[in-house]
Amino acid sequence: MPSVMLASTALILDRLVSTHFFNPAEGGDALLWQHLFWFFGHPEVYFIFIPGLAFMSSIIPTFSRRPMYGYPAIVLSLTTTAFLSFGLWVHHMFATHIPDLGKSFFTAASMMIAIPTALQIFCWMTTMWKGRLDLRTPMLFVLAFFFILVLGGLTGIMVASVPLDLQLHDTYFVVAHLHYVLLGGAVFPLFGAWYYWFPKITGRLMGERLGRWQFWLFFIGFNVAFYPMHHLGLQGMPRRVYTYPQEMGWGSLNLVSTVGAVMIAASVLLFIANALRSLRTGMLAGENPWGAATLEWATASPPPAYNFERPPVVRARDPLWEPVSEPPSEPTQVTGLAERAREALVSTVLDAMPSHRLVFPHPSPWPFLSAVTVTLMFIGSIFTPWAIVWGGIPVTLAVTIWFWPKRRETLENLAVEKRP
Amino acid sequence: VNHRSLDVSGLPSYKFSHHSLMWWGLMGLIAIEGTAFALSVGMYFYLWSQAQQWPLAALPPDLRWGTLNLALVLASLYPNHWTKRVAEDGNEPAMRLGLVVCTLFGLAIIAVRALEFTTLNVRWDTDAYGSIVWLIIGLHTTHVVTDVYDTVVLALLFFFSGPLEGRRHVDVSENAMYWYFVVWSWLAIYAVIYLMPRLT
Repeated sequence: MPSVMLASTALILDRLVSTHFFNPAEGGDALLWQHLFWFFGHPEVYFIFIPGLAFMSSIIPTFSRRPMYGYPAIVLSLTTTAFLSFGLWVHHMFATHIPDLGKSFFTAASMMIAIPTALQIFCWMTTMWKGRLDLRTPMLFVLAFFFILVLGGLTGIMVASVPLDLQLHDTYFVVAHLHYVLLGGAVFPLFGAWYYWFPKITGRLMGERLGRWQFWLFFIGFNVAFYPMHHLGLQGMPRRVYTYPQEMGWGSLNLVSTVGAVMIAASVLLFIANALRSLRTGMLAGENPWGAATLEWATASPPPAYNFERPPVVRARDPLWEPVSEPPSEPTQVTGLAERAREALVSTVLDAMPSHRLVFPHPSPWPFLSAVTVTLMFIGSIFTPWAIVWGGIPVTLAVTIWFWPKRRETLENLAVEKRP
Repeated sequence: VNHRSLDVSGLPSYKFSHHSLMWWGLMGLIAIEGTAFALSVGMYFYLWSQAQQWPLAALPPDLRWGTLNLALVLASLYPNHWTKRVAEDGNEPAMRLGLVVCTLFGLAIIAVRALEFTTLNVRWDTDAYGSIVWLIIGLHTTHVVTDVYDTVVLALLFFFSGPLEGRRHVDVSENAMYWYFVVWSWLAIYAVIYLMPRLT
């Protein structure tokens, strides 16, 4: 994020106030833009991917009926992926004049990503292997993840090597690769997550039969649409060009792709129809329709605005699968939070022990108004640098008023305040 | 279902340092802005590596105002640290004094910074060297102004609005933490902008 912020700032300064960051005539360098952009852009790909991994880690234990195998290994893999992601950006720039030694380093770093990713995949597979599988719709999308993401990962290892990348750069092979990675890594788990949490959000389950139809249309449609692009890329079809000469002979594979795209569209329409229909006529879900282990399933569906009347005491990673003795030997719920203020319990970072009680502010329009002023300032800055100067004033005022304590709230809070 | 209760009514309403949400918010800000500083310094050296000579066609910035500011910035650590300590002791009269002294230091630093801009010996639109020098010092100045403004707002709050909740003491403590970031990042930037071109 800081990188794209800095790159965009430098670019708009070049355009508005005649700086020369990217102007080679005055000592600037156009490739600097690519460095800054990809230093943001590659980690960004993993940030798209990480929610998908979290969906996987939520859905797999539920439908395998057992706790996650190798939980610490999965967490460490995620952290490793995040760390490594900052050292691979140059693999998007193999076709530029970067020194060969640099390219070799970034090839090695890019291939290293396979290690933490494989570790996670093996942990999930072991969880399923050792569990009792329940193949409901969310789980089908999870299984598709394995098939599609692994294919995308393998083509990733291929394009991580410089000589192959020089052949495949800017061809449809890359388009195929990135769709296998991103749809496999983010969109399939996202669909799974929709089916999984829809009952918690709305109180009703999505239709299972339509769900299966949607899944198979999407899975087959995806492969029909994107698999042929590998071959088109190997045959040299360039990306970012909307058409191609007829005599290249790429017509039939492109037609197959189009058929796949239509199947995907049909599948998404089916999904929307299923969601709308289930909103009204879906099976009532109850608190925990999947028999899941995590806390959101311990409250009503949809949950009330306050989540729990009294916050539950959590002692384990899978709290709803913990045996409870009757009568309980340990506390099960938190009491003593203010009844008439928006007070929440803050716990410590590592051990989640109760730390202090924090009162949250009353509803206020100022966060929204601050966002509006920031938006106006930045839109204005596209046209004139003075927008930052004049636009900065309403931004400053809005965030200051947002912060400034309201007297009535202060008195209410002081009534329940305890000093440390 | 039988329930046993864990009574938290005896817990305090606020805590300092890494117990507080303010601290985590501030650390997030420092992580983002610190990365932006590091990357802008990276841009500086990248552009240098592409150049025949550096600075491209100018003298390095004059040492006088920049070095005076370095001294002022380092000296401001003392009142800042003192304010942080009295905030954690909950001593409101001392916090008021500390906020005023920190504000005065901040205003002096902004004034010297204005003079600094006049002795950089290059304009932002001269060449890429000028652009990156102005960008780095501009980024740092943004943070100086932001933190001085925060300090002024807190000072106004402590003088003219009362009674105050104890968690406002956490705000004073974390405001001081933000100033540490402004100080230590200036140390690095001073070395890059003022010293590096002279060393080679």
